[in-house]
Amino acid sequence: MPTLASHPDEVKVLSRRFGLGAANIDKYLELDGYKATQKAIAEGPEWIINTMKASGLRGRGGAGFPTGMKWSFVPKVSEKPKYILVNGDESEPGTCKDHLIFREDPHSIIEGALIAGLAVGAKMGFIYLRGEYRYLLNIMEKAVADAYARGFLGKNIFGNQGVDFDVITQTGAGAYEVGEESALMESLEGKRGVPRIRPPFPAVVGLYGGPTVINNAETIANAPHIVLMGGEAYAKLGTERNGGTRLFGISGHVERPGVYELPMGYSLRKAIYEVAGGIRGGKKLKAVVPGGASCPVLRADEIDIGLDFDQLAKAGTMLGSGGIVVLDETVSIVEFALRTIRFYQHESCGWCIPCREGTDWIKKTLTRFHAGGGTKKDIDNVQYIAENMLGRTFCPLGDAAAMPTLGFVKKFRSEFEQYVDGVRVANPLIQITPVGANEHAGAH
Amino acid sequence: MAEVTFTVDGQKLTAPAGTLLLEACKAHGIEIPAFCYYPGLSLQAACRMCVVRIEKVPKLQTACTTPVAEGMVVTTESPEIAQARKATLQLLLGNHPLDCPVCDAGGECELQDMTFKYGAADSFYAEPKNHREEQKWSPVVYFDRPRCILCYRCVRMCGEGMDIFALGVQNRGSSSVIAPNIPPQLSGISSHGEDLAQLDCEQCGMCIDACPVGALTSGTYRYKTRPWEMNHTATICTHCGDGCKTTLGVRPVADGAEIVRGDNRDKSGMNGDFLCNKGRYAFDFANHTERLTQPLMRKDGKLIPVSWEEALDFAGTRLRELRQQRGADSIGVIGSNRTTNEENYILQKFARTVIGTNNIDHHRTADFVTLASSLQGTSTAAGKSRFASQRSVQTAAAILLVGGDPTNQAPLTAWNIRTGVRLNKTRLYVANHETIKLRRQAKAFAPVASFGYGAFIQSLGEQTDFAKAVRAEEDLVVLVGNELHGGELANLIAALPQARFALFSDYVNSRGAADMGVLPDVLPGYQPLSGSALAAEQHTPATAGLDLLAMFDAASAGNLSALYVVGSNPIKRYGIDPAALKSTFLIVQDLFLTETAALADVVLPAANLYEKSGTVTNSYGDLQLVSKAADKSGVRSDFELIVRLAGHMGHDLRSLVPFSQGLRADMGQTRGVASGEADRHAVFLTANHLEPRLSAFDPFAILDEIQRLVPGYDKLLRLQLLSGNDQHLAPASSGLTQIALTRKDLVLASSDNLFTSGSLTRYSPMLQDVQRHQSSWSPGETAGQMAPAD
Amino acid sequence: MAAISKSIFTPATAARFDKLATIYPVKRSALVPMLLYAQDEVGYVSDAVITEIAQRLDLLELDVRNVLSYYSMLRTKPAGKYNVQVCTNISCMLRGGFELLDHCKNRLGIDHKETTADGLFSLEEVECIGACCWAPAVQVNYDFHDDLTPEKLDAVLDAYRARESK
Ligand SMILES: Cc1cc2nc3c(=O)[nH]c(=O)nc-3n(C[C@H](O)[C@H](O)[C@H](O)COP(=O)(O)O)c2cc1C
Ligand code: SF4
Ligand code: FES
Repeated sequence: MPTLASHPDEVKVLSRRFGLGAANIDKYLELDGYKATQKAIAEGPEWIINTMKASGLRGRGGAGFPTGMKWSFVPKVSEKPKYILVNGDESEPGTCKDHLIFREDPHSIIEGALIAGLAVGAKMGFIYLRGEYRYLLNIMEKAVADAYARGFLGKNIFGNQGVDFDVITQTGAGAYEVGEESALMESLEGKRGVPRIRPPFPAVVGLYGGPTVINNAETIANAPHIVLMGGEAYAKLGTERNGGTRLFGISGHVERPGVYELPMGYSLRKAIYEVAGGIRGGKKLKAVVPGGASCPVLRADEIDIGLDFDQLAKAGTMLGSGGIVVLDETVSIVEFALRTIRFYQHESCGWCIPCREGTDWIKKTLTRFHAGGGTKKDIDNVQYIAENMLGRTFCPLGDAAAMPTLGFVKKFRSEFEQYVDGVRVANPLIQITPVGANEHAGAH
Repeated sequence: MAEVTFTVDGQKLTAPAGTLLLEACKAHGIEIPAFCYYPGLSLQAACRMCVVRIEKVPKLQTACTTPVAEGMVVTTESPEIAQARKATLQLLLGNHPLDCPVCDAGGECELQDMTFKYGAADSFYAEPKNHREEQKWSPVVYFDRPRCILCYRCVRMCGEGMDIFALGVQNRGSSSVIAPNIPPQLSGISSHGEDLAQLDCEQCGMCIDACPVGALTSGTYRYKTRPWEMNHTATICTHCGDGCKTTLGVRPVADGAEIVRGDNRDKSGMNGDFLCNKGRYAFDFANHTERLTQPLMRKDGKLIPVSWEEALDFAGTRLRELRQQRGADSIGVIGSNRTTNEENYILQKFARTVIGTNNIDHHRTADFVTLASSLQGTSTAAGKSRFASQRSVQTAAAILLVGGDPTNQAPLTAWNIRTGVRLNKTRLYVANHETIKLRRQAKAFAPVASFGYGAFIQSLGEQTDFAKAVRAEEDLVVLVGNELHGGELANLIAALPQARFALFSDYVNSRGAADMGVLPDVLPGYQPLSGSALAAEQHTPATAGLDLLAMFDAASAGNLSALYVVGSNPIKRYGIDPAALKSTFLIVQDLFLTETAALADVVLPAANLYEKSGTVTNSYGDLQLVSKAADKSGVRSDFELIVRLAGHMGHDLRSLVPFSQGLRADMGQTRGVASGEADRHAVFLTANHLEPRLSAFDPFAILDEIQRLVPGYDKLLRLQLLSGNDQHLAPASSGLTQIALTRKDLVLASSDNLFTSGSLTRYSPMLQDVQRHQSSWSPGETAGQMAPAD
Repeated sequence: MAAISKSIFTPATAARFDKLATIYPVKRSALVPMLLYAQDEVGYVSDAVITEIAQRLDLLELDVRNVLSYYSMLRTKPAGKYNVQVCTNISCMLRGGFELLDHCKNRLGIDHKETTADGLFSLEEVECIGACCWAPAVQVNYDFHDDLTPEKLDAVLDAYRARESK
């Protein structure tokens, strides 16, 4: 079972109920549970949206889109039913924060969905969990059943005539791309997880063709807290245009890996060296992937930076899903790049040519390269392919594969070149057999 | 919709708001490359070839999904865009087998063309490519996985276009693959110990047609020749009454010119993108080894090959004798649903003027006489003709289908209906005694009891929801299956006075046969037997002749001295006892030694529709040009044979065919093996705006007369015809035959389906193969489709 | 829904599926969960499973196959009773994911996507399973085991084996 880490620098908003048994509805109620719902019902949609806007909350799923603004895009009147969709597909390597929310505070997600529903006039919400999270689905289903039993879900919530909200939990079955919002809708509609053409955007035409708010589970879980504490108070916890706190998962070569709730703008250096206890075994830092596998790598000399969307964007990378992956000096970037592209090659949905063929080509090249059959031309080729994927694919997965690849070959080019010359790290991490004939023989 | 103005590559253009940028550009001659885009099918934006730069938008955008907007400024070619397209091609080619030299699509491949244009030929892909053996999914569909670029056109064509959904995408990422609906482990078919995936569908080949590369190839064509080694001729499919244009690829062989491929490269016909299994593949009967290529004469009870001279002389002499001895009315003539209008016309003229009898008929598959006589004197509220055309099915606001099953009998009509419902929101109403497949597209379905169409017609006057909805439709096309004829048909037409009508008939020229008067009781153009200009000019007999069944009755009774059968197999069709003809002199003109031909005293080997020129009229009355594609040594066109037979009877040919006025022309002698001379003459003359009125054997020689004497056909425009356009012709609006209540309409539906075509079925190895294939796992479904292979 | 006269599933699962097909605005939405739950019961998505689910949701079998082949947790061949899924993605790799994978291969004598002769274990190298901060992690069926070393993993595998002998 995942253990809960903690550190004095943490500012516990979202995680304040973690470890307290809040999955139990009575416990949750004891800890101010469902108060936010009542307040939101009392204040009404406009107030909720204004509060969310004032909070400066930006999406925790990766793109960092301002949540209040997203909710305000949903048309007031719609022929088709509107929906709330909670994205708990959490599959970005390096990310396991939603995992903890589902386990420790499932009702906050129900409440958040409810509040979103109130804000935009949706009467049905879906909570989609990745298929691997079966035990969390069970927790979530229990929480939903309990909420129904207490009258917090269903018809006339808290006795308010016409305030209805239903929640359906849903499971995926293993596909990273299904975390992408439109692919998620396809999956929820029982189809292959292939993204949709946009426009129209989900806020206008989403699930079952109805206007849909889709938010990351952490984003949604923040809503009840924001409603209770007020937008401005929440915003003040963070930096300008980056309101509040965020769950950061720090993994890899640190002494105390874990999920920590830190204010937006918190120093990356401090996160690694203080919160997570520094590099394991007193080794030196080599590089950091700051926000999940899709984010271009930072070198050790680039970590004096505040963890928010804008500062990382300025540094040419991204805050992404807040999964900070720390690499010590022993890691071979060639191996790391290979493992990263293997992931994207495996997860590309295959819809569009640049992503499908590009990830496959880079993976094959790097596999051979890693096995010792590489040339300097291969490094150029990998860069050429990645550059030609960037901005050309149907959905951002292609970018998510190209960006880190470019980061590795550009920032660590000399390491690739030395690899061609036979230089190897002392402790290689991967043993991968080179591309075999059967690679494409059958199903995945 | 309002027009918007936008700029493309510096040019100011306009288009209706909402038009896709790619289409708007195409309309102005600016071609934007695309693999996955296909007009009419859902949008994909998957291939990323159509990327363009739109001012103020940060990334390149896909022209296939971007609607034009006022003031939009677009660049479609620039170094940046060229690089994006080049890179996409390089990525595709990385894993592509590059086997163009042996690929069927070589020379007709969009990937080849793009690579040529964007110069992505340099390869820096060093890994071994993913090889997969080609797969045979059905007798007509093969799949070469490594060549597939995953544009999903086939999947959409099969699902959205055909409503079959037999193709899917499976796996994901670079393992993604197009898969057919019968997985290997369930197909029961294996080769070399490996189970094979199979395709259970209509075998229309639309997926192959839509494939931009050589991933899907045709079982009947693959590895036969290269596209540039064929001559291509656009002509009309011989099989059903819909009238699709099909392009035949032919190449010279020792005994003529052989058809090696049928497809739809020329999308100018009224079938647009569409062709069904038969239109695409069932040309192979033409190459069948059992084709008759020599005249046969019965000697000592056996059919023996003889010379043309001997056969024609014998037949002509005997006919003349029998007419003299036993009278013109002792002789019968049976025409065909598959011969041209010119041939049908000359055949009835032969019967009526050379023999001098109205004993002429054909296998009727729809009651066009009732249609014509019921509609005469009427018009729609807008004053328009009430004969519906195939194109009106594409544009009508509403369609009522009474009886029939277009999916199986009239595949183009079914396609047009589906397309209309899908893209234009056409309202479809279906009344049928079976739950036909088109019910899926229907807004309302009225179940009809077997033989209950009379009651249904009555209900159209009542206050049912169905009837009210149908009556309220102002722009309504009613399509009628061959369950309805005679009085019922007349009642239906009377019940819906606002609507336009068409009947389903079964073969390429069923309508033409009726229009041309291959009937015992009406003259060409549905004119009564007396009183018309035609009757006066040609002195045609005034009393009605024997219909087809009556001829055989007469034969049984010993009263039919001779019977001349052209392109028809009544013995099999009507289940007639061969003994009926034992005292009748029988001449049969056909492609094969059919059940009827086998009884003949003289058999004359005829050319089929793909081996001659002329015109045909589809079920709807749309007239189209038939062009000679193939050539077979030893056979002659029905037109020529009819004329020659008349000649051998001693008839003055000038009164039969108004040919050669002043011009000494090719008499057709040069036709045959290495011929084409007459045709080349025709091409020359046509090109020089001269009419190819060449010889007594040239069917165009009679077209003038048809135009002059057959009401309705007077409206045809030569230029339209010769440039390959269809034109909708309707019988005259008055002066047509009156139908007596006692008239037998004798409609006998052929019950053909997607994989049968009358007597030709058994001479088409492809159709045989496909029937076997389809019966292997869905016996229930195919049972209906396996109906009489005749 | 087409009535299912003779379900291949246990009554409990069949009842659950009856319900699943009714709760969504469009019943096809039940497809992915149904496939996964069916696999949990049958061990894999067999042809019979496909046939019944297609019937239940009024889909073509081809539709079901198209969808099922997209998702990596769904399989069309049986796996071991305990499917050992070793994550080797970046966070786990940094803390010994590949070592664990190798260890399993040796210990169980099987390779990626193979099953032991007794049918008890199968092995799979998987992508990130959302346990990065507790890496290296392994999932056995749906159970998470994290912060592993080869020794700890041995104990985990032994525990599963022990369950069987009882
Ligand atoms: C390939 C891909 C995978 C994604 N996976 C996830 C995911 O697992 N969880 C998630 O919340 N968002 C994921 N996203 C982001 C979603 O598309 C979407 O932006 C997000 O759910 C919106 O919620 P937010 O505004 O609250 O962040 C993914 C995006 C892409 C392109
Ligand atoms: S970029 Fe293209 S292939 Fe990749 S996941 Fe997105 S749509 Fe699929
Ligand atoms: S990298 Fe292994 S669980 Fe995330």
